[in-house]
Amino acid sequence: MLIIGEKLSIIAKRVREAMMKKDKGPIQEIATRQWKEGSGMIDANIGPAEDGGEELMQWMVTTIQEVVPLPICLDTTNANAIEAGLKVHNNQWGRPLINSTSNDPERFPILELGAKYNAQVIGLTVGKGGLPADAEERAGIAAEIMARAMEYGLPLEDIYLDPLVLQIATSQDHARHVINAISMFREMNDPPMKTVVGLSNISNGCPKTLRPILNKHYFVMLLNAGLTAAIADAHEMAEAVQEKKMIDDVLSGKTLDNAEKMAEITKTIDVIMGKTLYAHSYLEM
Amino acid sequence: MAFVAPKETYSGKVYNVNIGTGDKAISFGSENVLPFHSFEGAVPNKPLIAYEIQDVPPSDWPENVQKPYSSVSGDPVTWAKFCQDSLNAKAIALRLLGTHPDRENRSPEDAAKTVKDVLAAINIPLIILGSNHAEKDAPVLIAAAEVAKDKNCVIGKAQEANYKTIAAAAMANNHKLIAMSELDINLSKQLNILITQMGFDKERLITDPMCSALGYGLEYTYSVMERIRLAALTQNDLTMQPPMLADVGMYVWKIKETQAPESDVPQWGNAEERGIAWEAMTATALLMAGAELLIMRHPKAVEAVGKVIEELNA
Repeated sequence: MLIIGEKLSIIAKRVREAMMKKDKGPIQEIATRQWKEGSGMIDANIGPAEDGGEELMQWMVTTIQEVVPLPICLDTTNANAIEAGLKVHNNQWGRPLINSTSNDPERFPILELGAKYNAQVIGLTVGKGGLPADAEERAGIAAEIMARAMEYGLPLEDIYLDPLVLQIATSQDHARHVINAISMFREMNDPPMKTVVGLSNISNGCPKTLRPILNKHYFVMLLNAGLTAAIADAHEMAEAVQEKKMIDDVLSGKTLDNAEKMAEITKTIDVIMGKTLYAHSYLEM
Repeated sequence: MAFVAPKETYSGKVYNVNIGTGDKAISFGSENVLPFHSFEGAVPNKPLIAYEIQDVPPSDWPENVQKPYSSVSGDPVTWAKFCQDSLNAKAIALRLLGTHPDRENRSPEDAAKTVKDVLAAINIPLIILGSNHAEKDAPVLIAAAEVAKDKNCVIGKAQEANYKTIAAAAMANNHKLIAMSELDINLSKQLNILITQMGFDKERLITDPMCSALGYGLEYTYSVMERIRLAALTQNDLTMQPPMLADVGMYVWKIKETQAPESDVPQWGNAEERGIAWEAMTATALLMAGAELLIMRHPKAVEAVGKVIEELNA
């Protein structure tokens, strides 16, 4: 399992300020912490980065790799910024990952970049027509992305398919569609296709205390479906791995001695699987 | 072999809510099947339609729906009696619109007096609604709930921003309570949870997922209602088992299709018939989605929907 550290994102205020001031300190501190917590790659999310994206991505890649011997996940919609990042990426610590292409023709040049720079590419299973309705639609889009990748000379082994995790608070049914999609993606090639998710989006919009609980349970359930990689909080995922046995026990029908834990796990699994309707206070019911 | 129609069985049941006092008290909800599926289980009560009146003259209503009330709507007491005695209303919904700060900004005491006078004039159940101004509704509905103590009214609407005070007032004065959220099933469930966590009995709640008119987002209301009812029946979700309200009249009679005169849009036909049909269609759609309590305006639309209810229950 590859954890791609999620913390260097322009959405976080501290990171955004450091990016704007080109202040290496916070960036390197956060990158180092994620590496020590078990991340095998660092996500550098610079947003749409329409102005100065190329320079910003290069600065991020070199700043991170100065202190952390890991490859970078180049996360932006700006293809020029991605290419700029690929040019300075230190491949001695692993191959970079591009986040992302999709089935939208505007995103096809990303595949070309992947082939040209020997990078791996995330294929987000959305098209131009909006969000996929279920696992089957995601698999349909995945097949098109795979065909397109071959056309551009990118090996299927270098594609990570991303079924697009949505917020459980507003799109509850998608939680289980994404789990199903992971299993379906794997069957679409031999060896199985690699898969990745932006994990914490599942709990986006949920109360703070609930977020780690949902993230961890969802992670375990996705692992069981065969997930290869997750853009996530490495510290939280290390905890999830420790709690996995308990969650798996409940999933297989066993009763835990700890009644409180048992209730928490059961209720959370039921919400993820759509057996009970989500509400912010679902654990209190 | 003879054909046997497949039947669904459900694990949950909608709560029975009884409102009013004496012989005119009435119940709705209580079914353990989808709307009108009496061939699959028990449907003890019919959906209830309440006539909407307000504390100030309905100058904000289109003329075609003002007309049936033109001789009575100057005074809420006369208006209420007219609905009860001449239109055979089974319930009345009194909207305290005049308390809205952008309207007459009437005080909670004024509103309470109107409620008291209307209650004294009728013997059918009363639904007491604020002006949908979250801040002002709190003191208005507290005063209204107190003056209507033990009359087993419905008080509404409690929303995320004001539910604590309104729910406490409904609880202290033995009323039922409408909990309204804005077209989001998860927030609807959350509000019901928060209200019951205050100690309010979930069997005294009515869920309002927020109404919308045909052509103006009805499908969103329909979908949320349908999913609420399915959660109640198929998942036995206790928080989603209160009956549901469709506050039809106020949403229908503010859209272009119920207002534009025939002279402006001849291809749309007679404006009065059009408005009545629009209200009846919207209400009927929401009955299919699972609404058990409707608030409506035009007597002919009420009559038409009443007929649908009778026929589907037959």
